[in-house]
Amino acid sequence: MSLRGAIAIVGAAESTRLGKVPDMSALQLHVDAALNALADAGLEPSDIDGVASAGELPNDVADYLGIVPEYLDATNVGGCSYMLHVRHAMAAIASGLCSTVLVTHGESGRSRVGMRPWDPAPQSMMAQFEVPYGPLGAPSLFPIGVRRYMAEYGMSEEQFAMVPVVQREWASRNPRAKLRQAITVDDVLASPVIADPVHLSHCCLVTDGGGALVLTSADRARKLDAAAPPVYVLGAGESSESSVVSGLSSLTSSRAIERGGRAALAQAEVAHADVDHLMIYDAFAHVPLYGLEDLGFVGRGEAAAFVADRNTAPDGALPLNTNGGGLAYTHTGMYGMFAIQESVRQVRGSAPAQVEGVDVSVAVGVGGMFMTSGTLVLGSEATLG
Amino acid sequence: MKPVASPTPDTQEWFDRIDVGELTVAHCQNCALRFLYPRMCCPGCGSRAVGLIPVSGRGSVASWVVNHRGPGVFAEEAPYVIALVRLEEGPMLMSNILVEDPNAVSAGLPVRAEFEQRGERRVVQFVPEVGTV
Repeated sequence: MSLRGAIAIVGAAESTRLGKVPDMSALQLHVDAALNALADAGLEPSDIDGVASAGELPNDVADYLGIVPEYLDATNVGGCSYMLHVRHAMAAIASGLCSTVLVTHGESGRSRVGMRPWDPAPQSMMAQFEVPYGPLGAPSLFPIGVRRYMAEYGMSEEQFAMVPVVQREWASRNPRAKLRQAITVDDVLASPVIADPVHLSHCCLVTDGGGALVLTSADRARKLDAAAPPVYVLGAGESSESSVVSGLSSLTSSRAIERGGRAALAQAEVAHADVDHLMIYDAFAHVPLYGLEDLGFVGRGEAAAFVADRNTAPDGALPLNTNGGGLAYTHTGMYGMFAIQESVRQVRGSAPAQVEGVDVSVAVGVGGMFMTSGTLVLGSEATLG
Repeated sequence: MKPVASPTPDTQEWFDRIDVGELTVAHCQNCALRFLYPRMCCPGCGSRAVGLIPVSGRGSVASWVVNHRGPGVFAEEAPYVIALVRLEEGPMLMSNILVEDPNAVSAGLPVRAEFEQRGERRVVQFVPEVGTV
C-alpha cells in the first residue's frame, strides 16, 4: 500500500515571536506554536488524539494543552526529529492508530530559559573521543569535513562564501528574517574566523522560537474548515549513521541524507525535475552543498559551483532555503521544524519570498553532525492527480 | 585541566592501553573488520568475537578545522588544529595535530601518534611525520 498523499498538513504555524523571546520557556514556545497551528487548522486541542515533539516530551505538551492522546512520539534524534515525526504520523494515521497528530517544536536557544547548556553526556562516545580535543561543539565538529571536500573537489573559499551570500538575498525578501542586509563574498571572508575554514557568516543564528504542525488523513483534510488548502505528504524518509564524526563513512557526503532523502523521493514518485522548491537544513553553510549532492540534484563535487552560479538564488532554477535559512532566518537549535514550515508556506503560496507555482517542495533535515537525517516531500492538491 | 575521557565498559581497555603508551583499534575475529570506537560486537557482521589489536600509530590527516576560539582552557591555545586522522590500519580518530603553524596542515599529511600526559591519564595526539612540514 502506498502512503503517498495519505495524510496532509492542515495546520502549520510558528511561534508568534521569533528571535529573542526571554520571557518564554521552551515549553511555552511549543504551546504558543501549537495554539497558532490549531487556529490555522480551525481545530481545538480536543480534536487532537496524537502528539509528537522533541526537546520537550509529548506527554508534557499534551498535558499542558489538556489533551489525553492515544498516540505519542518522543523521537528525538536532533534537528531533523520533526521530519521523522511527520513520517511516523503518516504511518499511524494511515493505519488508523489515531486520526489527528500535533507535532510541536519550541526552543529557548538564545535566552536558554529552562534549558541546559550544551554538554554531551560523559558516557557518550562524543565526550570520550572528541571533547578531549577542544571542539567548540557543532561549529568545530559539523564542518570538519569541509577541508576534505575542498581538497577533493576544488571548492574555493569564495564559492563556499556564496552559500550565505545567496541565502541573505532570500532573507532580504522576508520581513520575519533576523538578518536581512545583503552581504558579499568579501563580507563573509572578513567575518570572524570561528573554526577555519568556517567564518561567522557560515554559521547559523542562535534564536528562540517554536513551530507546530497539525496532520490528518487526506480524506479528513478536505472536509475541514482550515485557513489554507491541505498540503499533502507525498513521501518521507529517515536514516542515521555514526555517533561520532570520526566514524562517518564519508567526510564529503552524508549517507543518512542520501538514504533517507532518496527513499522520500522514491515514495513520492517525483523526479528531480519535478521539485519546484527545496529546503536543506543549514546549521552551517556546507550542509546544503552536501544535501544537493546526496539527494542527486547535482553530481558529486558540483554543488558549490551550482550555488555560486546562482541556481539556488531568487530567479534561479532551484530555489533553496527561501526563508533565509538557519543562516539568516532563525535557528533555535533544532531547526528542522522551520524548514518544514517554509515548505508548507511555499506549497500554499503564502511565503514572504514566494516562488511562483510551487507544487512540490522537499524539506531535508539533519541531526547532530550528519548523524541522522529526515526528508519530507510535500505537494499541492495538483500533485495527487 | 583539559578534559579526559571517563571510560565506559566498552572503552575502558582502549583508554587503559593509551595510558601505557599503546594505541589500539578494535578488530573482529570473524570478518577481520578493524573499527573504532571499541564496542562489544562488530559493526560489520554482528559477531561478539572482537578485541583490541595494537596499531602502528601512523596515519594521515583526512580533514581538519583550525579552531580560532576554544572552550575553557583551550581558548588560550587558539588557533589550534582539530583533525580526523585516518590510521594506516583503516579506522579514523579525532585528534589535535600538534604543530607550531596550523597552516602547515594539509589533506593527506602523514602523521604519527604521541601521548600527552593529562593528570593521571594520557591522551593520544598526532604530530606530523618528521620532515613533512
